Amino acid sequence: MAETAPFDEMYNADGSVREPYRALNAWLEEQPDKALTLMQSDAEAIFRKLGITFAVYGSEEGTEKVIPFDVIPRIIAAQEWRKLSKGIEQRVKALNAFLYDIYHRQEILKAGRIPEKLILQNAAFAPEMMGLEPAKGVYAHIIGVDIVRVGPDEYYVLEDNLRTPSGVSYMLEDREAMMQLAPDLFHRCKVAPVETYPENLRRTLESVAPAGAGQSPNIAVLTPGIYNSAYFEHSFLADQMGAQLCEGPDLFVDGGKVYMRTTTGPERVDVIYRRIDDDYLDPLTFRPDSMLGVPGLFNAYRAGNVTLVNAPGTGIADDKAVYTYVPEIVEFYLGEKALLSNVPTYNCTDEEQRNWVLANIADLVVKEVHGSGGYGMMVGPTSTKAMHAEFRRKIEARPDNYIVQPTLALSTCPTYVNAGVAPRHVDLRPYVLVGDRVRITPGGLTRVALKKGSLVVNSSQGGGTKDTWVLED
Amino acid sequence: MMLGRTAQNLFWLSRYVERAENMARLLEVGYRMSLTSRREGGSSEHLMSMMQAAEVDEAFAAKHKTADVDTVAHFMMFDPDNSSSVYSCLLAARTNARSVRTAITTDMWESMNGAWLEYSQIKPRDVRGAKLLGLLQWVKQRSHEFRGALLGTILRDDGFAFLQAGNFVERADNTARILDMKYYVLLPRATLVGGELDIQQWTLILRAASAHRSYRHVYHDRYKAQNIADFLILRPEMPRSLNFCAQFVQQNLDLLADFYGRKQECQEAASQLLAMVEDTSMEKIFSHGLHEFLTEFIARNNRVTDALSESYNFY
Repeated sequence: MAETAPFDEMYNADGSVREPYRALNAWLEEQPDKALTLMQSDAEAIFRKLGITFAVYGSEEGTEKVIPFDVIPRIIAAQEWRKLSKGIEQRVKALNAFLYDIYHRQEILKAGRIPEKLILQNAAFAPEMMGLEPAKGVYAHIIGVDIVRVGPDEYYVLEDNLRTPSGVSYMLEDREAMMQLAPDLFHRCKVAPVETYPENLRRTLESVAPAGAGQSPNIAVLTPGIYNSAYFEHSFLADQMGAQLCEGPDLFVDGGKVYMRTTTGPERVDVIYRRIDDDYLDPLTFRPDSMLGVPGLFNAYRAGNVTLVNAPGTGIADDKAVYTYVPEIVEFYLGEKALLSNVPTYNCTDEEQRNWVLANIADLVVKEVHGSGGYGMMVGPTSTKAMHAEFRRKIEARPDNYIVQPTLALSTCPTYVNAGVAPRHVDLRPYVLVGDRVRITPGGLTRVALKKGSLVVNSSQGGGTKDTWVLED
Repeated sequence: MMLGRTAQNLFWLSRYVERAENMARLLEVGYRMSLTSRREGGSSEHLMSMMQAAEVDEAFAAKHKTADVDTVAHFMMFDPDNSSSVYSCLLAARTNARSVRTAITTDMWESMNGAWLEYSQIKPRDVRGAKLLGLLQWVKQRSHEFRGALLGTILRDDGFAFLQAGNFVERADNTARILDMKYYVLLPRATLVGGELDIQQWTLILRAASAHRSYRHVYHDRYKAQNIADFLILRPEMPRSLNFCAQFVQQNLDLLADFYGRKQECQEAASQLLAMVEDTSMEKIFSHGLHEFLTEFIARNNRVTDALSESYNFY
């Protein structure tokens, strides 16, 4: 797949412009020299002034950086989006049904559709969650599905991200910046709004409040604090929703109920949108050395006195090894064929598949099972022979620690670079909310690999973002 | 509803901005005095007494042998080991602001964040001589800008009261320390006319409080020890006087009590602070002892912070 030219979202192979990009193309052609250069530097100033930063772990030059923002939006046609969002909705429903089943009767294991060992001996499986009844039966309320496009009508889901996906604030701020930078372009295209996300997030959180919470439940966003890489997003979302931004020490549990320490004394908390990993949530239940969590929180949750969003233990459904079974999962719970495809994935514990992988590693993508953010990953075609050899050794040493996939020819979008406008590879992370119903914000976060030819879009690896426009009919 | 930690962060955010400004003021005075001092060793003496007022003299002595202008300026402006350096204050203010982004306005955040981003880019070795005065001016201006953003954009609720309380507790502390540093030149003496040295010291005190010109507007008179003390302690119209600051502290703690509908211990602490500078006269203060008076004032001011932390669950 790597040899063929990637699908470009703006231009057809014959150089003509694809329908959804007509208005953008005309606008680009009208821009005087240097206009984009100016816009690009304005954008940088806007982001830095607003303090929209993220922290790069291990980076020496200061802890905060601005994610590069590309001023050329990525455009998705209305009918393309309808198809995508149907597939996403189906997937998140099936994954929530799977989680309910895994933490209750485990029918799918009994039916032999997924090997028992893969689930029960998986580090992401949380036995503490067995038999627990989450509000509305929902485990994964906030989801960011990573999708790549390889053709006009061909999409693949790379990852489901059911733990605490980040980046939604960039989706919102990218739109804000784009409206400031190119208001005239919005007049020419009918772009679906993304500004509804914070309100929808609030509704979703309210809809899963415990039964006794009353009309207007108290919502807290639980953050590890200002040194966390996504702190900006935590404070941004709390602000936009009108929720309290709390750190662990701001909360305490008394009599199985959760309270926050306010200027006027304890105040009950009903729903916690936590941006702390499972392991750190509650030192009494999970890691005892956690300073970030709240002692007793899990028991309060078990007692049904507070809702945790997302529920602990959702990682079992987005584990890279379980990922290969998602089409199976969709069929098992919904009786439908999966609308969105999985990327074919090789299982290195199988000797035959492993040998094939080792022989063809230069054409493949290798990912660590528990890695994220582009760390512990190798893209064969853009890596050196030494890297190939290193990953061959790694796979042989611990075949269960890696999954291997073909190198997908990610679609490209026109992107502003030093040499002018040039195609760069992109992916897409739409944000999905699951509560009383499924709410999908039209658009999402488009990540773009700014280096020519690169397929790694992660911000920690030099990727940037683009505003993502879903056109309305 | 506000977290106790948020209230605490707001209070200290304001305090640190005010402190950064006061450190710049003090350094400016020390620097000017060191330029005009004619006596041998006088320059270092001025700088040391300035650092005494800032309560960083011991930290300085632990690190440096001699107090020359460049060393002192670097210590006061850029040294992260000096917890009151402008650098440390702006970093602490910005860290507090970042923790309470949801409780302050975008304008306040942008002002604070912008100040920090600019300041952290400055290379200390580029800041000498005339450049130093320019930078001190810049620090004051950024403090004014932040206060302007605060007054112009924030809701008049509990958050506002915590911010204001922090601002005036810090300012009261600073003015009291400036006075205490030179209290002996303010004592009434047999001779009514001050010597050269006195005038120089008085100018220092007034300048440190940005009061050397407004003094004339109020007293229409040449510098006199008793007037200067009166101006910075009792005058209600002087925005850096102890009286003015104590009134604002009291007002804002009353505002909090109204807002929450409950009287609190800290209001009593504020009343006791204000009682020291209300319905009194400089004669009474001098007869009691100026230094003793200032020491007591600083102690009561600290009690306000303690009581406030207690009343509103800072932790």
